[in-house]
Order: sequence, then structure tokens, then C-alpha cells
Amino acid sequence: MLQVKEIYKTFNPGTVNEKRALNGASLTLEEGEFVTVIGGNGAGKSTFLNAVAGVWPVDAGSIVIDGEDVTGLCEYKRAKYLGRVFQDPMTGTAADMEIQENLALAARRGQRRGLGWGISGKERERYHEMLKILDLGLEDRMTSKVGLLSGGQRQALTLLMATLQKPKVLLLDEHTAALDPKTAAKVLETTERIVTENHLTTMMVTHNMRDAIAHGNRLIMMNEGKVILNIAGEEKKKLTIEELLHKFEEVSGTEFTNDKAILS
Amino acid sequence: MSIASLFSAMPGNVAQGIIWGIMALGVFMTYKLLNFADLTVDGSFATGGAVTVILVTSGWSVPSALVMACIAGILAGMVTGILHTVLGIPDILAGILSQIALYSINLNIMGGKANVAVSVDRYNLLISLRFVPKTIVIAALFAIVLIALMYWYFGTSQGCAIRATGSNPAMSRAQGININLMKVITLALSNGVVALSGGLMAQYQGFADINMGRGAIVIGLAAVIIGEVLGHALFGKRMNFIIRMLFVVLGGVVYYIVIGIVLWLRMPTNDLKLFTAIIVAIFLAVPYLRGQAKSSFRKAAKRGGNV
Repeated sequence: MLQVKEIYKTFNPGTVNEKRALNGASLTLEEGEFVTVIGGNGAGKSTFLNAVAGVWPVDAGSIVIDGEDVTGLCEYKRAKYLGRVFQDPMTGTAADMEIQENLALAARRGQRRGLGWGISGKERERYHEMLKILDLGLEDRMTSKVGLLSGGQRQALTLLMATLQKPKVLLLDEHTAALDPKTAAKVLETTERIVTENHLTTMMVTHNMRDAIAHGNRLIMMNEGKVILNIAGEEKKKLTIEELLHKFEEVSGTEFTNDKAILS
Repeated sequence: MSIASLFSAMPGNVAQGIIWGIMALGVFMTYKLLNFADLTVDGSFATGGAVTVILVTSGWSVPSALVMACIAGILAGMVTGILHTVLGIPDILAGILSQIALYSINLNIMGGKANVAVSVDRYNLLISLRFVPKTIVIAALFAIVLIALMYWYFGTSQGCAIRATGSNPAMSRAQGININLMKVITLALSNGVVALSGGLMAQYQGFADINMGRGAIVIGLAAVIIGEVLGHALFGKRMNFIIRMLFVVLGGVVYYIVIGIVLWLRMPTNDLKLFTAIIVAIFLAVPYLRGQAKSSFRKAAKRGGNV
């Protein structure tokens, strides 16, 4: 479903701030695979996700989604294949618009936005049912502005928006990092349910090793802009944090440094 | 300085207020919905007036001249949009560049003259300051039709995409919205509306003038902001999109009534622009200062001292 081959990206080339963020990273995802991505500070996890999403063009390498080469497509054109949830709850939704309007915008992802109504009565009913399942009471506030929602509610809504039109690949960029532990757990639970129910191909970046091990059916670790570790199947099910840290040191020859990851 | 002279001037102020209110609907599109402070309007308002007067005096019917004025405004807006999106020029600068370019273009449209008259005696104008009640009715009709059209348009998929672009560009791109295209479309439509109101204003005053749009953005903002403050005071949370737009036009009317009163109080006309700037600054500052007053360091210090 997703083939990323040897991508490179250097930010601010030729300046003192030059930073090689991706250094030949590759990854192939089969349909329905749910991979969690971990790595130290500045390992290139979010950069990798942004490369797939097309936030900027890569310097070298190719990205293929469901057989189509999207390397040359800009962000909004690529959006039709991708569902995305961001770290900052403010990023994924339009605060000045109603809950139902945000959903309707997402439902039209990848379609021509013409002069038909922005939202229909039928859609409203459908959204009402879907919001009910989230169990956050949002179904009774469909005409409220999204800016009035809490961070957790906004992330859950963004998740629903990302999957309203079944994406070829769902990209989750530390989407629970800005939430308190209880809310984070609830959003993760919702994520797991939506991904399983819709059989979605998913990439989830997280700084929490426990979450990375508990969720998904595959785990990759990144270091210095490369994928250095790939654990799947039975091996992933039996994985422990100690084992993971040990493997990291073995492969990279350095100690795992991610203050957030170790604390949590 | 009799009350009677104030009242006799009022209908004229209302008529002008509605015409500027239509202009403010254009400003509302860019400033409020797209979150883009577009200064093109100072130029495109005069463009609308110039195109209308030149076409009418050369034998075109008034409605078709207004359509052409509108198209000229749309083109001006597109230029600003392209300067901003394709060439990467910041929004305010892009607007200023178009505005200054339009000054020359407007002079050319008017055949090199700074002022071209169009007499209501010789041409079949829609509105004129000689027939103020008729002007009020016709300008109000224009405003109502425009509000209906805008209500419909900003409820369509495309209109929603424009509002999303203004609210959160990053989210809009992630939802597959071509935000550059949305910006160009909105700037084009907005300046089309502004040019239309310029065409109406030229008919009302009986001439097009190269400087008729000077400060238009400030008057437009004044109308938008006064309307918003009034709307909030009267309707609060029940304010929907239609009421919001009605209050934009009403904001223009209120603004011109205030101007009428100020003139009646014998303020020199030379000081009008200063007065306008002060009014707009106050209305822009009030919501900010109110927020500051709720959480100021001085109050925090006072609360701390009481413990």
C-alpha cells in the first residue's frame, strides 16, 4: 500500500543550520498493516511522516501510494490518499467552523469542491451517528464551533475526520503527545478501534515505548534519518521495553536518547 | 446648527452608508472569512467608478456598465491574489502594489482626467443624490441580493473551503484544499463587489474621481467592525451568518450617520479622515483591551498583595 524508497531531505542546505533530517529512509507497508514509529530526539520520525504527506518535496527517493507514484504531487493533491492527525490539537481542525462543517470538509477530501451544498441533511444524520460512537457528547453539539472543544475532543474529531473518507494510509504524528494521560489513553483506544474496524494501513509516531509496543502489528525504530530496526509478527507481541532499548544500542552503537520516551 | 438641518442631511447619509456597506461586504469576505487584509480595495473602488462613468458616458446602459465594473474589480483582485500566491509577496504588500498600479490604470481608464462627470439629467442613472429615497431603496436591494448570494455561496462546498482556508490553512491543505486557488477566488470576488459599489457611488455623486477610493479599506473595516460590535450587543450568540452580513451593511450606515452628526457639529471636513482613523482604532482596540483587563499583571499584583 505504501512504498517509500531511499528518501533524503536536508533542511537549510549550505547554511550553518544545515540539517540532514532524512538519510535514505525506506519503508514498505502492506494493506492493513499498523506500524508504530519510535526513535530518539531528531531521529526523523515526524519528518518521515511529513515526507509521505508531501509537506515539502524530498531531495531524492520515491514515494508510492497504492501503486501510484506521488513523489511529485504537492500536499493538497496527495491529501486524497491520506488521513492525518497532528501533534497539536489546534492543527487538525478549523476552530471558527462548526463541528459538522469540519466533518463535511473532511468528507470531501480529494473531491472537486464545487457549488453543491457544503453539507446535506443526510450527512448530518450520518455524522450524528458517528459522533455518538465517539462517546464524547459531541453529537448534541454539532453546530458548536470547534474552537470550544477541549484538546482531547479535537483530536478525537480530527481522527474521525481523517477516516471519514477511507484513507489509503493513515498518518498519526504523536497525536496523543499534547494530551493528559487519561485523555491520551482514550484517544488511543478510539484510534485502535477505528483502525481495526476499517482495516486501515496506519503509521503512528509516538514517543511512548509502551504505546508503541502495545499498539499495531509492526514496530520500526528510526535513528539519524534512517529506519534502523523493524520488528513484526510474534516477535513484536513478545517485545519488552528493555529488549527494545537493548536492540537499539546494538544496532546504532549509541544510547537511546529521548527524554520524553524514557520518562513515560 | 439646527436639528432640522441634521435631519435633512440624514437620508443622504443613509444612502451613502448603504453604498459603502456594500463595499464593506467585499472587505468582510477577505478580512473576516479569508483572514487577509486586502488593500487593493482603495484602487478597485475607484476602478469601479471609473469604468462605470466612462462606459455610461460613451453610450452603454447602466446595468451593463456595472457588470463591466464588476469584472474590472475581479481582474484587479486576481492580480493581488497572483502576486501573493504565485510570487510569494506578503498579503498587505501585494494589496498595496495593486492599489498603486490601479491609480495609473484608473487615470488611463478616465482618459487621463482626474475627474469625469456623469449627469443624471443626461443619462438614465440608477441612483443619484438628487433622488435620495429612490437611491436608498435601490442600494438596499443591491445589498439584500448580494447578501443572499453570499449566504448561498459560502454555504457551498467551495465557500466552505474558502472559510476553512481562512480559519486554518494547514488543516485545509491536509483536507486536499488548494488554498492558493481559494485565496485568488476570494480576492477576485471581493474586489468585484468593491468595484460594483464604486460604480454605484460614482452614479450617486454624479462623477468618478481618481481619489474616490482613498481610505476605502478603513471605511470598510469601520463598517465591518462597527457592525460586529452592534450585532454582538443586540443578538449575542444568536447571530448567524445572514445577520452578520446585514450588520456589516448596517455598520456602514451607522458610520455615515456618525459622520453626518460630526459634520453637523461643524468639524472641518479636512479632519474627517483623522476622525475615521481614530474611530476604527478604538473599535479595533476595545476587544483587545477588554481581554487584557481581565488578566493584567497589575491586577495580579493587587490580588497577590491581599494574601
